[in-house]
Parts: sequence; C-alpha cells; structure tokens
Amino acid sequence: MTDEAPMRRTAPSRLAELRHLFGGQRSGRQFGILGALVAIVIFFQIVTGGKTLDPINLLNLVNGNAYVLILAIGMVMVIIAGHIDLSVGSVAAFVGVIVAISIDNWHWPWLFGLLLGLGVGAVVGAWQGFWVAYVGVPAFIVTLAGMLIFRGANQFVGNSTSVSLPAGDTFSFIGSGYLPDPAWGVQLNLSTVVLGLAAIAAVIIRTLRRRRRARGGGAEELPLWVDVLRVALLVAVIGAGTYLFAEGPIGTSFPISGVILVALVLGYSFLSNRTVIGRHIYAVGGNWRAAELSGVNIRRTNFFVMMNMSIIAAFAGEMWVARAAASGPGDGIGWELDAIAAVFIGGAAVSGGIGTIVGSVIGGLVIAVLNNGLALLGVSSDRVQIIKGLVLLVAVGIDVYSQRRGRPSLIGRFQRRSTAAGLPGDEPLPSSAPVPNGPTP
Amino acid sequence: MTTVAAAPILEMRRISKDFPGVRALSEVSIAVGPGQIHAVAGENGAGKSTLMKVLSGVYPYGSYDGDIVFHGKLQRFRSVASSETVGIVTIHQEFALIPELSITENIFLGSEITRRGVIDWSEQNRQATSLLELVGLREDPNTQIKHLGVGKQQLVEIARALHKDVKLLILDEPTATLNGTDSQHLLSLILGLKGRGVSSIIISHKLNEIEQIADSITILRDGRAIETLSVQAQEVDEDRIIRGMVGRSLQSRFPDRQPRIGEVFFEVKDWTVRHPHVPERLVCKGESFEVRRGEIVGLAGLMGAGRTELAMSIFGRSYGSYVSGQIFKDGREIVLNSVADAIAHGIAYVSEDRTNLGLNLLDDVKESIVSARLRKISRGGRVDEWEERRVAESFRAGLRIKTPTIDEGVSKLSGGNQQKVVLAKWMFTDPELLILDEPTRGIDVGAKFEIYGIIQRLAAQGGGVVLISSELPELLGVCDRIYTIFEGRITNNLLVTHADPETLMRSITTTQKKAATR
Repeated sequence: MTDEAPMRRTAPSRLAELRHLFGGQRSGRQFGILGALVAIVIFFQIVTGGKTLDPINLLNLVNGNAYVLILAIGMVMVIIAGHIDLSVGSVAAFVGVIVAISIDNWHWPWLFGLLLGLGVGAVVGAWQGFWVAYVGVPAFIVTLAGMLIFRGANQFVGNSTSVSLPAGDTFSFIGSGYLPDPAWGVQLNLSTVVLGLAAIAAVIIRTLRRRRRARGGGAEELPLWVDVLRVALLVAVIGAGTYLFAEGPIGTSFPISGVILVALVLGYSFLSNRTVIGRHIYAVGGNWRAAELSGVNIRRTNFFVMMNMSIIAAFAGEMWVARAAASGPGDGIGWELDAIAAVFIGGAAVSGGIGTIVGSVIGGLVIAVLNNGLALLGVSSDRVQIIKGLVLLVAVGIDVYSQRRGRPSLIGRFQRRSTAAGLPGDEPLPSSAPVPNGPTP
Repeated sequence: MTTVAAAPILEMRRISKDFPGVRALSEVSIAVGPGQIHAVAGENGAGKSTLMKVLSGVYPYGSYDGDIVFHGKLQRFRSVASSETVGIVTIHQEFALIPELSITENIFLGSEITRRGVIDWSEQNRQATSLLELVGLREDPNTQIKHLGVGKQQLVEIARALHKDVKLLILDEPTATLNGTDSQHLLSLILGLKGRGVSSIIISHKLNEIEQIADSITILRDGRAIETLSVQAQEVDEDRIIRGMVGRSLQSRFPDRQPRIGEVFFEVKDWTVRHPHVPERLVCKGESFEVRRGEIVGLAGLMGAGRTELAMSIFGRSYGSYVSGQIFKDGREIVLNSVADAIAHGIAYVSEDRTNLGLNLLDDVKESIVSARLRKISRGGRVDEWEERRVAESFRAGLRIKTPTIDEGVSKLSGGNQQKVVLAKWMFTDPELLILDEPTRGIDVGAKFEIYGIIQRLAAQGGGVVLISSELPELLGVCDRIYTIFEGRITNNLLVTHADPETLMRSITTTQKKAATR
C-alpha cells in the first residue's frame, strides 16, 4: 500500500505536465483548437488522397486566406475590448479602390499608394473610434453605419466599376508574391529553408532563455522533458512546413503574404500580451468599471482598438487588390463575418475580455482548411456554407456548455493569453471556497 | 418568546443557514401574528437579509435547516415564485420594476389579465387605478416608471404586491432611499395595510420608525436571535434596541497597535457632489474632513448615507457630478479630474464592491496586483513580466494570500483572499492616502484580523487611512478617530477614546449633532 501511493501520483502528474506543452494552463483553448486544426488537416489529407498537403494547394491556401487571417488579428482585439466591427469588408474595399486609382490613374509608385491606403484606413478608424469611444455609440451601430458608408464610398469613388492595376506591377507581390530564390543548383527553395531554420533557431533560443530566467528567479521551471518534447514537436511542424513550401514548383517559396501574416501575428501577440496598452484592452473588455477605477483611460483604449482595426482592414484590402490586380465594387463583402467567425472559433468570448491573437488565427485557419478541403472534394458552395455554420455553432456551443458545467472544457477554460510560464501544480487545485457572489433575488 | 394574541400566521423555527466559512444564521426563530408588523433589527451582517431570503425562497428549501410554517402549513419554497403564490411578497431595496414600462404594465407583469389571449387593457387600467388609490399614489397608470421618483416607485411595488393578494409583506430597508415625507407616507400605508389584515416584516436601521409602527421586534446579532421584544408588553426604546444590537465584547478581534499620529496632510473642504442621475439631489452637502499622517480615520454611516459617494467623488470624480469643494495635500490644493490623477497623487480607493468594481475576475493574481500601476513595472510601454512575477510573489508572501500560485485566476480565490489581492493592488500604487470601503464585508473572522493588521501596517508607514464601514465594532477597534455621516452630512467627529457604540449608532441614524447623555 505504502509503495503504491507514489506510483499512482506519477501518472496524473505526467498528464498534467503535458498540458504545458503549448504554453501552460491558460492556452489550453489554443491547444484544443490547434488539435482540431490538425485533426481537420489529417482528415482532408486522407479523404482527398494527399491533395491537401500538396505544395501548390498550400500556396493557394495561404495566399487566398491571408487577408481574412489578418482581419482576424484586428477583430480579436476589438472583441476582447468588448466591441465588434462590421465595417471591415467595406473599409477594405474603399481603401482598395483608392489604392488602385492612385496607382493606375495617378501613376503613383506602389509604395506611396500603399501608404496612402493605410492613411485612409487611419482616418476611417479615427472616425469610427471617435463615435465609439468619445460619443459612446455602440460599436455595433457605428460600424453598421460604417459598413454602409464605406461600401457606398467604394462605389462612388470607383464609379461602381472595376479598376485594374497596370500589368506587371510590382505591387502584386504583397498579395501573391514569393521570396527570391538564388537557387545555386539546389532543388529546394533556399529563402524558405533559411526562414524555416531561423524560426527553428528562434524557438530553441527562446526556450533556453526562458529556462535560464526561470532558474534565476520568479517562475517555476518546467520539467525538462516537457520543454524538450515541445521543442521537438514545434521543430517537426516547422520543418515539415518548410520542406513542403520549399519543394514547390520553381519560382515559388513560402508566400510573401504568409510572411506578412506571421510578422503581424508575432507583433500583435507581443502588443496584446506584453505591453501596457495590451493589458488595458483586456482590462476594459473584462470589467470596464474596475478598469476605470484602476486608472485606465477607457476612451483612449477603445479609440485605439477601433482605429487599429480599420488600419488592419485597409491593409487587408490592399493585399486583396494586389493579388487580384484589380479593385471592384463587390470586394470585401462578407469579410467581417469570416473574421468574426474565426475569432469566436478561436476562443474569444462575446462578452469581451477573453481571446488570443494566435487562437483567432488558428480559428481562421480551421475555416480556411475546411473551405479548401471541401472544395477539393467537390462539395458545392451551398453545402460548404451549411457545414461552416455548423462548425462555428458547435465550437462555441461546446465551449459554452463546458463552462456552464464548470469544468475545464475541451477547448475552454484556459482560453486567455498564453503566458510565458506554466503552472507548476501537477494536481488538480484544491477548490478553495467559492466566490461569494452576492446572490441577488 | 412573547405571546402573540392569535395563532401566528408565520412561524420560522430554528432556521440555520451556512455559507462557505461563515454561519450566517444560527437557529433563529421568529413568529408573526395576523395583521401584525414585526421588525427585524440588527447590524449589517447580522443575518437579517439572509433570514428574509430564506423566507422568500431566494435560498430554496433544502439549502437551510429549520422549518417555515405559514398559515399552519409547513412550507417548502423552491423559488421566489412559490412563496409568492401563498402570499409572501418581498419589496426589495432595489426595485424589480422595469423603467421603460408603464405603472399598469409593471403591476400586471407576469399575471396579465387577458380575454381570449389578448390583454384586456381597460380592465387592467381600471384595477390599476383602484390599486393606486389604495396605496395613495395619484398618478396616471400609463405613466412610465422611469418618470417616477423612488418613493412613488416603492408605492407601485406595494400596489403590485397587493395585486398578488399579499398576506405577508416583507420590506427590506423600505425607507433607506426615501425622504422624510415619503417615509411617513409609506409607514402610514403599512399601518393601513395592517388594518386590512396584511402582516408585515420590516427590516430597518431607522430605529425611530421601528418604534413608531412595529408590534414586536426581533434583534439579530451575529446570526442569532438575541431577543424578541413586544412593543405593548415591554418598555421598548431606541437605547434598548441599540444595546441589543451592538452588545458584544470587542476584545481580541483586533490586533494591538501603538498609533504614531503626525500632522494633518490631507484635507477636503466644503465638498459638494450631485447625484449622477437626479440633478436636484445632493449626495454630499458641503462636507469637510481631514486626515493626519499615521492616522486611521473611520467613516461611519448606514448604506446610502453618502459614504461611498463621498469617497468615490474624491477619488478622481468617479461618482456623481462635482459641484464645489477643494482638496489639499500637504497644504497645497490638488485637482483630481480622473482616477489616473488621483493615483498619481498617491490616493487609492478600495471599492466596497470587490467583484464588480475591484477586480477583473478574468485576470490572474499577478495581473490583478499590478493592474492599477502598470507603468511602474514597464519600460517604453512594455510590461516586464519577470518584475511582475517578483512583485506578485512578494505581495503573496507579505499579505499571506492563499493561492496555489500567482498564475491562479482571482475568481477561484475565497473572498478574503480576493480582498487581499485588491489590497495588494492598491498597496502597489504606493498610496499616501488609502481609502477602504467596507474592506471586510463578506469575509470570515480570520481574514478580517489579517486585513486589520495590513491596515495598521500601512498607517504605521506614515500614510493615512480612511476606513468606511457599517460595522461599528470594527470602526471602534481599528480607528483612531471617527466621522459619522448621515444623509450626506458629517454629523459627528469623535476620537475613538470618546466614542462608544451607542453614540455612534445615534449619530448615524439621526441628524442629532450630540449624543444624549445617559
């Protein structure tokens, strides 16, 4: 009996430590949604007979969805702050037509056109931010109005016709371009390989630095095997991805749009987790009255998220125009709904205060892979829509259900920021006295 | 137990109710006769509201021990609706009326009069008119609730209760938010209902009102029924009730302390603040007070007396609209237009509403602790997460916050430990003046003792502390000096050595400046 006790303890503790593989307790939701993504990819890989992980298909997947994933980055911050933005599709289209005209009609260099577009996005964002933050009109209304206003503005500026970019314009690289390839007689695309190796090195260095700092003081150190396994998994995934993109047709590489996406994910993850403004966004969405009484400038925070969203929408619109080499009156219709769906599949809460950048992008990838895989299978678009709707409903439904049951949900509970360090506790926490939540009649 | 002439309409027998870590009620028995007005008196936290919630079914059968006998039958209320079906109706301090609907619509909400599925408006309006007449409210029944004052809203509540064929009316602090005239009208209405055979249980802090209308009084203290006094049979006066309410020993519930009090460093002069929604109502009426270094100053008053409003309006004008008044720190006037200003000037305010105003329940312990002064641990807008951990760990050790790790969500902590997190959050801002609003509400005795220790340590470091509390023993045990506040006015300023519970109770329940000498 006495010998058995320690034996029994090891099994659950190992299992619990496994949770730290992807950033500890709180990112469990990400872990869950990442698992769902992997499962979907494997499923389609099998039923399409290997077409899903084909290099050309992957290129299309990234190029064709980067703009939605980028929108999801801005949208999750809006939703964390407790708002919503319905205008992103219209704003993207409005900016897109202005950029197209500036390059095509006014013969501006593409870089100036790009900056002009971002500037217009900033002005639009300031306009919407003003109404939300300083006048106090709910964002739903402000951006519903914006959806109409900027759709109309797109068609007014573009005369409701399509504006094409001059052929061979270098602008298109941000939407559908590839990294340069010095070749040197190697079969693989060298720049993709370099990028992949750099990512692997970054993962390893980061893990080592964290372990060293944890030893120095502060956070508890994770067991070595957890970190080793985590790094091994990440290296395997990055390595496989690198290989797939690098072995594609000559002249292709990991797409530029993908590079931009990864850069934005890293940048905004840093912003939301590690900076004062990021903390303030979570604070305002989680409990704005407490945030106000803690000295947070709520108006400035709301203004920031709304303005930031419009700038991101402007950029997404530019990527779209670059890829399509034209801007049309119907661009961006329904984008807001794709972005919002991605955010909620990725674990954000409608009530605000909860959500992650990475989770939302993974949520967006789930939708993208689903779209792509069903298209490869030849499923018609009517049925694709039905399936997407059901996936959204079930993903959030599972989350809500398990939260109500009060237990760690499949993809819920730890759904906030991925914290740098995990919890050391290897046993279920003793349930301390429940919060006296002042029962009201 | 005093004799009740007829068989009682309601008997609550040996009611006990436990919350995690606290016994809220311990074998409390009360009996109410038909057509009687029974008052329940006691300090905040004595168990009055809990007792009423047991009776009205908010805490359903099975969540308490003891029996409720109503009309001679053992009752097992599963919800508020089931207690209302037998005629027990509660009028809450905060009304359950819907502001956008009319008086009629509110009265008949949930029990609409219909003919073939369609609402019979003329019949509803006819009945509403007669009900309004009964409660003495002369208003068009089509008036929207939001256009009525609190006093009139309360009458609508009672009209609604009468429509439900009420046998026993429970009134929780019915006059707390009313002015003198409205209060008198309400009291005479309750007496009028008594004449129609409706019994009432009234919870009130205003002892003169209890004396005026009650037939009998049960005094609760620490979850126990101390005594039941009959107004006719016995000599009942305010002093008798007060003694029953506060009579307990104050020893050893508070840590020892040797105050070292310095000069005045914080002064508020002629502070006047308007109610945020009712512009003609002043919540602070030109009040002044001062705090010395090393001093713990109490602010005693009932709920709704204007204590929180005074504190929050000073704390960066986060309540109501500022009318006039000045704040001086170290002799220089300071202007605090926002919470950020207040924090920058070394003022901290710990809210009475821990879960709604004090914490973001989605945060974990370390995030909460640094949330009121993030810039202190950030450089160029970037939060130093290692410094955050170091700070959080030191507060966790220093305040003995019981949590498995600093990464635990604050929503999982007990009330006492949540409160320590809030205290840590504000201590992290390095306050010179710490305002604590009911810091020990809903916290068990052990945690209270620790929190008193933390308050005393802060004062010993040379800052000033303002302690707002409804618990007189707490104020007497912790403070050096106590201001009393009643209806937006500071009514008394006592050194704790000159204060006793009776004097304080008198100062917070009446406008009397001086306590009567006995």
